[in-house]
Amino acid sequence: MSRETLISLVIVLALLAIPLWATAVGETFYITLATRMAILALAAVGLNIALGLGGLVSFGHAAFFGIGGYAAGILASHAFNMEPLPFGLPGTNAMPVIWATAIVASGLVALAIGAISLRTAGVYFIMITLAFAQMIFYFAISWPAYGGEDGLSIFVRNQFPGVNTLDGLTFFFVCFGLLMAGLLLFSLLRDSRFGAALQAARQNERRLATVGIAPYRIRLAAFVISAMVTGVAGALFADLNRFVSPSMLSWHMSGELIVLIILGGVGRLAGPVAGAMLYVAFEYFLGGITERWQLFLGLLLLAVVLFARGGVVGLLAGKARHG
Amino acid sequence: MQTALLIEQILNGLQFGVMLFLMAAGLTLIFGVMGLINLAHGSLYMVGAFACATVAAATGSFWLGLIASLAAAAAAGALIEVTVIRRLYDRDHLDQVLATFALILVFSEGTRWVFGSIPLYLNIPPLLSGAIPLPGGSAYPLYRVAIIGVGIAVAVGLHLLITRTRLGMRIRAGESDREMIGALGVDIRTLYTVVFALGAALAGLAGALVGAIQSVQVGMGEPVLILAFVVIVIGGIGSIHGALVGALLVGLIDTLGRFLLPVALAAFMGPSAAASIGASLASILIYVFMALVLAIRPRGLFAAAG
Amino acid sequence: MNKIIAAGLLGLGMSVSGLAFAEPVKIGMITTLSGGGAGLGIDVRDAFALAMKQANNPDVTVVTEDDAMKPEIAVQIADKMIQSEKVDILTGIIWSNLAMAVVPSVTGQGIIYLSPNAGPSPLAGANCNANYFNVAYQNDNFHEAMGEYANADYKKVFILAPNYPAGKDSLTGFKRFYKGELAGEVYTQLGQTDYAAEIAQIRASGADAVFFFLPGGMGIAFTKQWAQSGVDLPLMGPAFSFSQDVLPAIGDAALGVKNSASWSHDLDNAANKAFVAAFQAEYSRLPSVYAAQAYDTANLILSAMGKASISDKDAFRAALKEADFDSVRGSFKFNTNQHPIQNIYVREVVKEGDVLTNKIIGTAFENHEDAYAKDCKM
Repeated sequence: MSRETLISLVIVLALLAIPLWATAVGETFYITLATRMAILALAAVGLNIALGLGGLVSFGHAAFFGIGGYAAGILASHAFNMEPLPFGLPGTNAMPVIWATAIVASGLVALAIGAISLRTAGVYFIMITLAFAQMIFYFAISWPAYGGEDGLSIFVRNQFPGVNTLDGLTFFFVCFGLLMAGLLLFSLLRDSRFGAALQAARQNERRLATVGIAPYRIRLAAFVISAMVTGVAGALFADLNRFVSPSMLSWHMSGELIVLIILGGVGRLAGPVAGAMLYVAFEYFLGGITERWQLFLGLLLLAVVLFARGGVVGLLAGKARHG
Repeated sequence: MQTALLIEQILNGLQFGVMLFLMAAGLTLIFGVMGLINLAHGSLYMVGAFACATVAAATGSFWLGLIASLAAAAAAGALIEVTVIRRLYDRDHLDQVLATFALILVFSEGTRWVFGSIPLYLNIPPLLSGAIPLPGGSAYPLYRVAIIGVGIAVAVGLHLLITRTRLGMRIRAGESDREMIGALGVDIRTLYTVVFALGAALAGLAGALVGAIQSVQVGMGEPVLILAFVVIVIGGIGSIHGALVGALLVGLIDTLGRFLLPVALAAFMGPSAAASIGASLASILIYVFMALVLAIRPRGLFAAAG
Repeated sequence: MNKIIAAGLLGLGMSVSGLAFAEPVKIGMITTLSGGGAGLGIDVRDAFALAMKQANNPDVTVVTEDDAMKPEIAVQIADKMIQSEKVDILTGIIWSNLAMAVVPSVTGQGIIYLSPNAGPSPLAGANCNANYFNVAYQNDNFHEAMGEYANADYKKVFILAPNYPAGKDSLTGFKRFYKGELAGEVYTQLGQTDYAAEIAQIRASGADAVFFFLPGGMGIAFTKQWAQSGVDLPLMGPAFSFSQDVLPAIGDAALGVKNSASWSHDLDNAANKAFVAAFQAEYSRLPSVYAAQAYDTANLILSAMGKASISDKDAFRAALKEADFDSVRGSFKFNTNQHPIQNIYVREVVKEGDVLTNKIIGTAFENHEDAYAKDCKM
């Protein structure tokens, strides 16, 4: 077992331990906090496919996060109000259907955004993904059908067949299970031929082209998969908050997702998990001490970017295998 | 719809474009020379506005405030260049985005710490208040004409600076071959600090000028920042010409879209629904335009180094 | 860790009668203390704390946290306050979108929520709840008052608001009472900073007055640009763009603007005079309408504590519903949907010495109710 694998295992087990400990001592709020960590980690695992493996700095992943959230919110509200969707389809409160919808919806939007954005590179790519996310953000604020800026409440948490999702601990395990699936997908992708081509495209585009692989398609596929994972996380986030609103689509959210990855370690398997745990804990504890916690968050981020480039996983496990 | 109103709206669009150009100029200058993407540009804009409002309130003179805004933004720019930005030139864009995102948090909460959460007062100087009559019976605020003037002056000034002066020569040399000009004995570290401070001063100037007709408050830089990004992406990142053209296009499209879309939609639906749906569509118009430009020209209209 | 204001430093009298129900009550306050909208949250927090300090009731604890104006943070704090702090009552939220995120879920969990600001229409109508009390206003109220007021003097009003739910509620509220013709109806973008295009449209529309709802920085920008445009038409709007926290930033450009509110610092009643004096003495600034609403919220809770025990939720809710406290707004009672029935005044921005402030010039509605109460099945 390599050192990084070991550290990944420790990080994941630490996340698992929080709600178990919280249940044991009766501090149920920490279950909510751990669930939030797991969901944000999943969103960042999604982004890590594009950013860590593909080197695609998407500053607009909040768009997919929010689309996943709205998929949950819209389907649940139609089910709650017994109103059919367009084309006579029924709403639903079954999580698997909602997740599938979130995956399809965020994947389709990512296909459109990616098809245009990936024609550009570098800083253009950062800016154009940001701008597309803003476009969706403004649209969500002003379009009246699903609450606009007021957002959409989910009055009863959606259901997963066979378990009681209203129970905090159960819902945590649902989220944690999906996070494990996301991490598995990430590691399979990373070690597959597709992943090798994607990482080659990041490191040396020309060399990849000479062996007859078009980087554009590889990247587009990675971007779409990445968005789908983040979309599922968005659906879970809506269920956690029992609420979805355009703030899930805001550029601050996109920034936060990148921050999670940097805090944890770019391209590292457990980086997003470590980053999400650190970020949520930081926000919670520092937010309890001072209203100016964002100032200290900013300083911490600066320190990480300038002096600890590998993030938490980098500090613990040393340099990455993948350059 | 009257022609006079349409002409006035075109003028409004151009003037909004000039405001965006003031913001975008510094951003694109810094990117063009150092290859650095600076999200904290909006914070420097805020610093300029706060400095102007504070000094104007203390001395009663808008003009002293304007000088203070240039000085404060340039100083803040030089300070972050020396402490943070300098370490980022050789990093990838991801690190730059993150570090400057962190700077936004620091600037916003820091400013709020010092000045509180309540917006500050800043008004236009008496010399520039009032309106100029337009043909057709309407009038145009003098201050907005002055902003257009400053915008043109900045565009011309930057053009001359880059093409005609020794500093400009070094900037151009630095853009094309960083190592060579270092080898020729130019102090590249100081050059970069100067360019960054210049870009920051432009942001501060924009903040002070625009702050006088908007609201001077924490977070004021963020909406403008994103518009400025759209502008420089359309224009071609690093190109001053591109920033000017991009800014004018964005200003025109946004203003005319807000004005014309509801009118056009009113032909199909009730005035209330048309106003609401028209506004929804108008809010995404510039992003659609940006997507179109990039689909045809992926490096913007005036592609420069990048 | 949290900023716990253990009420009980300086006894200033005014304590609520009868300590028969000396059962401790824990109040969670979620409000905006950082970022752009923090001015409003700070006024709410301070006025609430002032009322608690004056009451000097050792049985009340208040826990305050900052929501940073983000709905998901507000939800998280609400969960924490319920699950880990075990609060009995929540209050403090400023913004409708945050209220929509928090209120349905906390009232569903049996926690009492009192709104010191913001009253989105769903919570007043179909989704009203026995655990939800709005001590401020229903979102449409101030706009309705301006519509009623406009009838007297104007025949052709131009109306504008940002393109989001509160903006649409605003214009709908105005039109509900305004009988004249509309010179135009425009929705601006949320966060828009340049209004030259809209001002040109107003000028060309032949309007005889302008009604606008542009909260926060948007209103400051619009009013300044309006003053410079040379268009000389009367401006009116709800109090939000002309409350005490933003007036200094607009400056003289705001002079003469008519705006509607349920409260003003010159409202002539004993409770209000005492409140304004105490607030100024404590914080060295004039209170805003948000401060007044939060002060009333605190006193309402204190009044209920004197009548019922928090452990008997039904009795406590009934005690709240009686609204047996000295409101700084004068007459105040709850409608069937637990939203206020109150007067709405028209105020004018004036200068008192060097300070810009509002002065009451008339009453638009007496004992006004909101339009959604009939949809509330409670």
